[in-house]
Amino acid sequence: MISTNQFRVNSDHNSFIGMDEAVNLKKLVANQSIRIENLDVYIEDQHILKDINLTISEKSITCIIGPSGCGKSTFLRTLNRMHDESPEVKISGKIFVDDENIYGSRVNVIDTRKKMGLLAQRPCPLPMSIFENVAYGPRIHGIKKRKAVNQIVIQYLQYVGLWDEVRDRVRTSATRLSIGQQQRLCLARGLAIEPEYILGDEATSALDPLSTKKIEELFVKLKEKYTIILVTHTLRQAKRIADHVIFMYLGKIIEAGPTEEFFNNPKKQLTRDYLLGSFS
Amino acid sequence: MKHLEEKIFKIIMICAAMLILGVLVYIIATVFYRGLPALTLDMITKLPGGGFYLGKEGGVLNAIVGSIYIIIGSLVISILISVPLVMYINFYLPAKSVFSSLIRFSLDILFGIPSIVYGAFGFALMIYLGIRASLLGGILTVAMLIMPIMMRSFDEITRLLSRDLPDALLSLGATKYEMVKVILRQLMPGLVTAILLAIGRGIGDAATVLFTAGYTDNIPASLNQPAATLPLSIFFQLGSPVEEVQTRAYASAIILTIIILFLSFSARYFSSKFSKNKI
Repeated sequence: MISTNQFRVNSDHNSFIGMDEAVNLKKLVANQSIRIENLDVYIEDQHILKDINLTISEKSITCIIGPSGCGKSTFLRTLNRMHDESPEVKISGKIFVDDENIYGSRVNVIDTRKKMGLLAQRPCPLPMSIFENVAYGPRIHGIKKRKAVNQIVIQYLQYVGLWDEVRDRVRTSATRLSIGQQQRLCLARGLAIEPEYILGDEATSALDPLSTKKIEELFVKLKEKYTIILVTHTLRQAKRIADHVIFMYLGKIIEAGPTEEFFNNPKKQLTRDYLLGSFS
Repeated sequence: MKHLEEKIFKIIMICAAMLILGVLVYIIATVFYRGLPALTLDMITKLPGGGFYLGKEGGVLNAIVGSIYIIIGSLVISILISVPLVMYINFYLPAKSVFSSLIRFSLDILFGIPSIVYGAFGFALMIYLGIRASLLGGILTVAMLIMPIMMRSFDEITRLLSRDLPDALLSLGATKYEMVKVILRQLMPGLVTAILLAIGRGIGDAATVLFTAGYTDNIPASLNQPAATLPLSIFFQLGSPVEEVQTRAYASAIILTIIILFLSFSARYFSSKFSKNKI
């Protein structure tokens, strides 16, 4: 059983059209946009995010930096409505994704989450094989045909540079991969549901430098098609890959701007102190 | 001084471990020593003949089959109720829900209720429903006994699951139901452990089946017929004044022990097969 599946995967691979074309298969969204208006988030009595107003530039990398506990991750989770599971979180304000308020009454939360690929801090492979991990998303969203699923899996495993490393063992458990490989697998799994936006919640903080570099290179490659928002606590990472930087402190946006300007010529004293490492 | 503390504590720990091991070995040794001479092939392949309890020929096949029927039936019922309940209180209700604490609290109380009370309650319920002492009555009552154990232990294991997996699934756009299906794969070894604990309590319990399953020298052919069980079989044989029959009680105890060991090992085996992709 395993060997026949293996064969099928490989034979599909032989007739495969190549990655660049494959990415073009993804429906291209003409305009991606995220606009946040007067966002306030409370967890129980604590005011976590205070009056956030923001527009995220499309097809670029936006890095959110700031000390621990400043609300970076909370903010990221509001974007794909992950707070829905926690009734103690109260959200007011509007977040327009593709000009639709995702906190509006008619919005289907599944559709919103499908638009946003989330890459978590620690890779969390699903308890199944490498192949099934990537196939899972497309399957639950209605792609049932074996050939189509195979193609998607191979395409995205190739895209994250994992296919050549795992092609002989795609039917084995995903947990046997190294942590860096697992994170790339999680990225492939997220991309397989064809999101428009990619959210990274300190996605490289658990990885070694080499794996970090691979993930960063992927982000840079991905921004041609996707709008990427990353939470990071390494300033150097923001410097390396960001197009825009947002600095948050105690739930407020202190300063936001294009990377070069932000790092070379910060306008606020607080930003200057943070960049100099006076506090963290 | 610190060194001495360390040593004393280490000795206490080793003694405790040895004590537990010693008691287990002593019990098993006694059972085997007294029961092994009477453990013949007849014991496990034959029904009790006439005068079996007076030392004449026969076996306890009726009790072996009855016990297995009852434990399997009650396991099916408890799994069908426990799994949805545990998934509901862990993944559908909010983390600090009053309702889920209430359920956990009730389970803790049910957990501590002695089995004779379940027996009496099951008996009263059966009278109300018009069921006679039967296989069905035994299955339902044993299910009531083992359900709190299964639920509570499965719940404890489920609560240890990191939030990363549910988050990963939800962020892929999975519905709650799709999420739970994947989580259950991850939790399979935990479920097996819960089932094992439930088997351990259910199969050896005499008080629950005393009124509800009845006793018979035959193998029940339907749910409405009474069923014999190993614990009761042991009880009746031990109560006999004939020494040979008492020895057979120990032989029956060996059989019960072996059944429990067999179920444990097979459950462990299947769980490791299911969970080969676990994190």
